Amino acid sequence: MEGTLFNIFAGLTLLSAFMVVANPFSRNPVTSAMFLVTAMISISGLFVLLGAYFLAAVQILVYAGAVMVLFLFVIMLLDLREAARRKLNLISLAMGIMAVGALFSVYKSSLESTYGEAPQQHEAANTGQAEAKPAKVVGSTRALGQALFSKDNGFILPFEIVSILLLVAMVGVILLSRKEPR
Amino acid sequence: MPASITGLFAEPWALTLLKVIAVFVVVMPMVAYSVVAERRISAWIQDRVGPNRVGIPFTNIKLLGLGQPLADGLKALVKEDFTPGHVRKVFFWMAPAVAMVPSFVVLAVVPFGSMLGSQKMVIADLNVGILFTFGIVSLGVYGVVLAGYASNSKYSFLGGIRSTAQMISYEIAMGLAVVPVFMLAADPTWQKGLSQSWSVYLEGAGLLNLSSVIAYQSDTLFHWLMFKQPIAFAIFLIAIFAETNRLPFDLPESETELVAGYHTEYSSMSFALFFMGEYAAMIAGSALMVVLFCGGWTLPLGDFFNTPAQSLGQGLVHIGVFIAKIAMFLVLMIWIRWMLPRFRYDQLMNIGWKRFLPLSLANIIFTAIVLWVLHS
Repeated sequence: MEGTLFNIFAGLTLLSAFMVVANPFSRNPVTSAMFLVTAMISISGLFVLLGAYFLAAVQILVYAGAVMVLFLFVIMLLDLREAARRKLNLISLAMGIMAVGALFSVYKSSLESTYGEAPQQHEAANTGQAEAKPAKVVGSTRALGQALFSKDNGFILPFEIVSILLLVAMVGVILLSRKEPR
Repeated sequence: MPASITGLFAEPWALTLLKVIAVFVVVMPMVAYSVVAERRISAWIQDRVGPNRVGIPFTNIKLLGLGQPLADGLKALVKEDFTPGHVRKVFFWMAPAVAMVPSFVVLAVVPFGSMLGSQKMVIADLNVGILFTFGIVSLGVYGVVLAGYASNSKYSFLGGIRSTAQMISYEIAMGLAVVPVFMLAADPTWQKGLSQSWSVYLEGAGLLNLSSVIAYQSDTLFHWLMFKQPIAFAIFLIAIFAETNRLPFDLPESETELVAGYHTEYSSMSFALFFMGEYAAMIAGSALMVVLFCGGWTLPLGDFFNTPAQSLGQGLVHIGVFIAKIAMFLVLMIWIRWMLPRFRYDQLMNIGWKRFLPLSLANIIFTAIVLWVLHS
C-alpha cells in the first residue's frame, strides 16, 4: 500500500515538475504555475508517507496556498504573453546539470551519514538481535516545536537569524517599492 | 449474506467510505436549502414574498416553497451551457470544479458528532487537523483566480485579481486569530482531569486535533472559546466572511462595478457549481467556527449533551446539535449579507492589514502573558 502510494506521489511530482519547465503542449506561464501547484501537493503527499504530518500540512498551506497564489497574482498582473520557446543553450545546460549533480551529491552524502549503518542493522536483524528498528521519524508538531525553540539543544539561534534575515528583506522590499523619491 | 456485509464493514476503509458518503448526502441538501434560505430571508428583509410556490412536483402541495431546489437544479441542468469563444478552454472548464472541491475536503477533518456505536464521527481524525484545514481553505482561491484568468474578459480578470489579494490578506489574520485558541486548548494539564468517556474518546488524539478543542469547551457555557477569546472569535468570523466572498467582502463579484466578477462568463451548470461552491464554503466555515469557538457538538446541559455518546440515539442527537449550530451561523451570514453595504477596496485592505493583523498579534501576546502569569 505505502509502496504504491509512494510510486503514485513520486511519479506525480516528477511528471508535474517536468511539465512546469518543459510542457510540450503549452508555453503559458499560468499552466506552468498550476503544474507547480500539483508538484507541491504531491510532495506533501510524500511528507505524509514519511510520517511528517506537520510538514505536509505546512507545505500545502505555505507553498500551494500562499506562495503560488502570489506567483499567479504577479503573472496575471504582468500579463505575460506566451513565453517564446528558447533555443537550447549549451552553457546553461551544462551549468544546470552541474547544479543538479552537486545537489544530488549533497543529498547522497547526508543520507549516507544518517543511514550509513543500515547494512549492519540488517545483519543484526538477520541474526536475530532485536534492536534493529528503522530510524524513527518524529513528525509531531510538539516535537518539532521543541526541536526548534528549546534553549539547550534547539535551533533557536539559527531560527532567529533566519527571522532577522526575512525582516531585513521585508524592509528592503518596502523601501524599494516606495514611489516617491527620498 | 448478512455475514458478508458485516464482514465488509469490519474493514476500516469501508467505514470511512460510508462516512464520506453520509457527509456528502447531508451536506448537499444543506447547500440546496441554504440557497432557499438565502432567498426567503432576503425576501423577508426587503418586505417581498420570495420563492414560496414550488412544492412537491405534479401535486398542489406547496410546502412553503421547499421544493425550490428541485426547480433550481433542473433549470441549471437544462439551460444551454454556453462557452464564449474567447476563453481559455481548459482552465475555463477546470475552474468551477476547483472552486467546489476545497470546501468539501475541509469537512473531512471536522468532527461532526461524538460517536455512533464504536465509530468516532469524523472522517479523518488528523492530529494536525487545524493546519490541514487552513491549507485546504487556502487552496479555495484557485477556483476564483482560474475562472478570472480563463474567462479572458476584463471584469472576470479584475474579480480574480481582487480575490487573490483579499484571500491572502484575510488568511493571515484568520490563521493568527486561532493561535490563542490552541494556546488555551493545547495544554496537556487539563486533559488529566477529564472523565472516563472523554479519555476514551480522545485516545491517541494530539493537542492540535479538533476533537480535543471540543473537549476543552465541553464543561460550561463559559468554557466556549467564543467567550474566552472574544477578539479571536470576532476576527475569525469576519475573516470567514472574507474567505467565502460574502458581503460585505464580495468584491470579487461585486455586481455594481464588475457585472458578476469572476463568473461573468459562466452559464447554466458551470455557474451553478460556483454557486454551490460558495454555499459549501459557508457551511465549511460555519462548521469550523462551531468547532473552534462554540463547543462543537456539545451543549452545556448535563452529561447527555456534553460527554461522548454511549448509545446510538445520543450520538444522533449530538449530530443534530452540530447541524443546528451550523444552521444558526448560516442564518447569521445570510442576515448580514442583506444588511450591510460592500466595502471599498482600500477599506478592505486597511481592515485586513492595519486592524486585524496587529489586533490578532496583540491578542496572542496578551494570551501568552495571561497564561504565563497564571502558571507561575
